Amino acid sequence: MNMMGEEMQPEVTKGAIRIEDVVKIYDPDGAAVMAVDHCSIDIPAGEICMIVGPSGCGKTTLLNAIAGFHDVTSGHIYLDDEMLCGPDNRKAEPGSDRIVVFQNGALFPWKTNLENIAFGPMMEGKLSKSEIYDKARSMMADAGLSGTENSYPGEVSSGLRRRVEIVRALMNDPKVLLFDEPYRALDSLTKSVMHEALLEIYYKNKVTIFFITHDLEEAIFLGHRLIIMSSRPCKPKKIVDVDIPHPRDYSVLTSPRFREIMNEAKGVVHEEAKKAFDAGEKEG
Amino acid sequence: MSLRTFKENLFSKGALRGIAAIVIFVIIWEVGARSEQIFGFRVPFLGLVPPPSSVFVSWGGLIGEPSYWQSWYMSFVRVFTGFIAAVLIGIPLGLFMAVNKTFYGMAFPSFEVLRPIPPLAWVPASIIFWPTQEMSIAFVTFLGAFYTIVINVLGGAKSINKQFLQAAQSMGASQWDIFRRIIFPATLPSIVVGSAVGMGITWEVVVAAEMISGGGSSGGGAGGGLGFFIWASYVGGSYEQIIVGMISIGIAGYFSSELLRQLGGYLTPWLKTR
Repeated sequence: MNMMGEEMQPEVTKGAIRIEDVVKIYDPDGAAVMAVDHCSIDIPAGEICMIVGPSGCGKTTLLNAIAGFHDVTSGHIYLDDEMLCGPDNRKAEPGSDRIVVFQNGALFPWKTNLENIAFGPMMEGKLSKSEIYDKARSMMADAGLSGTENSYPGEVSSGLRRRVEIVRALMNDPKVLLFDEPYRALDSLTKSVMHEALLEIYYKNKVTIFFITHDLEEAIFLGHRLIIMSSRPCKPKKIVDVDIPHPRDYSVLTSPRFREIMNEAKGVVHEEAKKAFDAGEKEG
Repeated sequence: MSLRTFKENLFSKGALRGIAAIVIFVIIWEVGARSEQIFGFRVPFLGLVPPPSSVFVSWGGLIGEPSYWQSWYMSFVRVFTGFIAAVLIGIPLGLFMAVNKTFYGMAFPSFEVLRPIPPLAWVPASIIFWPTQEMSIAFVTFLGAFYTIVINVLGGAKSINKQFLQAAQSMGASQWDIFRRIIFPATLPSIVVGSAVGMGITWEVVVAAEMISGGGSSGGGAGGGLGFFIWASYVGGSYEQIIVGMISIGIAGYFSSELLRQLGGYLTPWLKTR
């Protein structure tokens, strides 16, 4: 298992994210709500970095800044050597090197799963339609999605939809995948299946993963590293290295080391969650 | 649809219930209308209405009359002229208002002032400013569908999940791609709904417009449309024909809506799965 895993893990050289001293203040002239407070995070290429924090702490703000959906008030964000946003451009350009997998899913309901997956390359226009569809079909087969090509997203289970969305993201050859609590709405049994599936996809397509969650078990099971965020304004409070070797499967959950890490992280997370609760943060 | 599934549909519980309800309704109507002969007193309301049997006899006589079918044809032409114009103008207008803030700011206030004016209130004005009566009737039917279509398209296009746009943008879609491949298909369900509702209003409006305007330029009973057919029957004292006209409009409206439903289902196949 280990041998195989290592074989499948080519060295990832692209996709390092450097967040430097990022501040985000909403409505600076009015209510001036500070969402992100001098936040610095370094994510090496190919790492699964789990951002753990209470609801409404500003994690999604950070993700949106990386994706280029929102601007930042100050600070820099780099992808490898490229400055995505800085003093001159407060808002990064959205690009296919950073693809978001949204909390509620953003598959286009009017396109079939296959058409959804082919969307990015079709927009890029480098390959012919038949090449794109061939690639999409083989990616779907790899992710266990054969047979659902011509179904609409509304026709398959929510677990399968998430998988389709991840495959759609990967079709763009991104350097970074940004997950915004994608499994939040799933039941815990489906979730565990999704986690293993995600890792399987990850082992085949090494990319950097920036994964927001408030589910500690999910975070420890998937991540190389946990960055536990403080309640709003959001900044890293504690970094926990998950020294359980990849590839992992669900037996990891019952291992003593898993429990130890869980205990180490739980105290901090609980403390922040309580702060957020007392501050009356809304869900989301 | 194969013959077998057709039979299954026809004899399904739902269809049988529907048929039974119609049969019972017709019986009650017949008995009520003949109450004076049967019971010796007149049931209020129903007692004044011609019984369905004489309506069907009268209808049977009309089936062979070209002027009756001419009424159908005229109303259909007016409904579809107005409706198609409303679709062709209303959909782009609604979409453009949704995507362009400047245009929205300019157009929406006047749109909202004009919208509450009932189409029928436009009848006298449109008779004055359109050169032919035919055009003024078509214009009034156009108004009936137009506002509903615009409001639905605008609402649908404005309520698009923002994440669809963000996802498309990340995947390298241009502004035009986003409009064509995201905004338009995402609005299609609202376009279909708006058109279906608009079609219903169009039939309501065309009938009233025909009554008021006297049935169009060709005048007389023939060529006046179903609305004028009803009015002429009333003036001529043929109460059976009034009801024939009413039922004809019901059937015509049903077929128009069914046509749109079929077309809508074909345009939005992904909604069948819900």
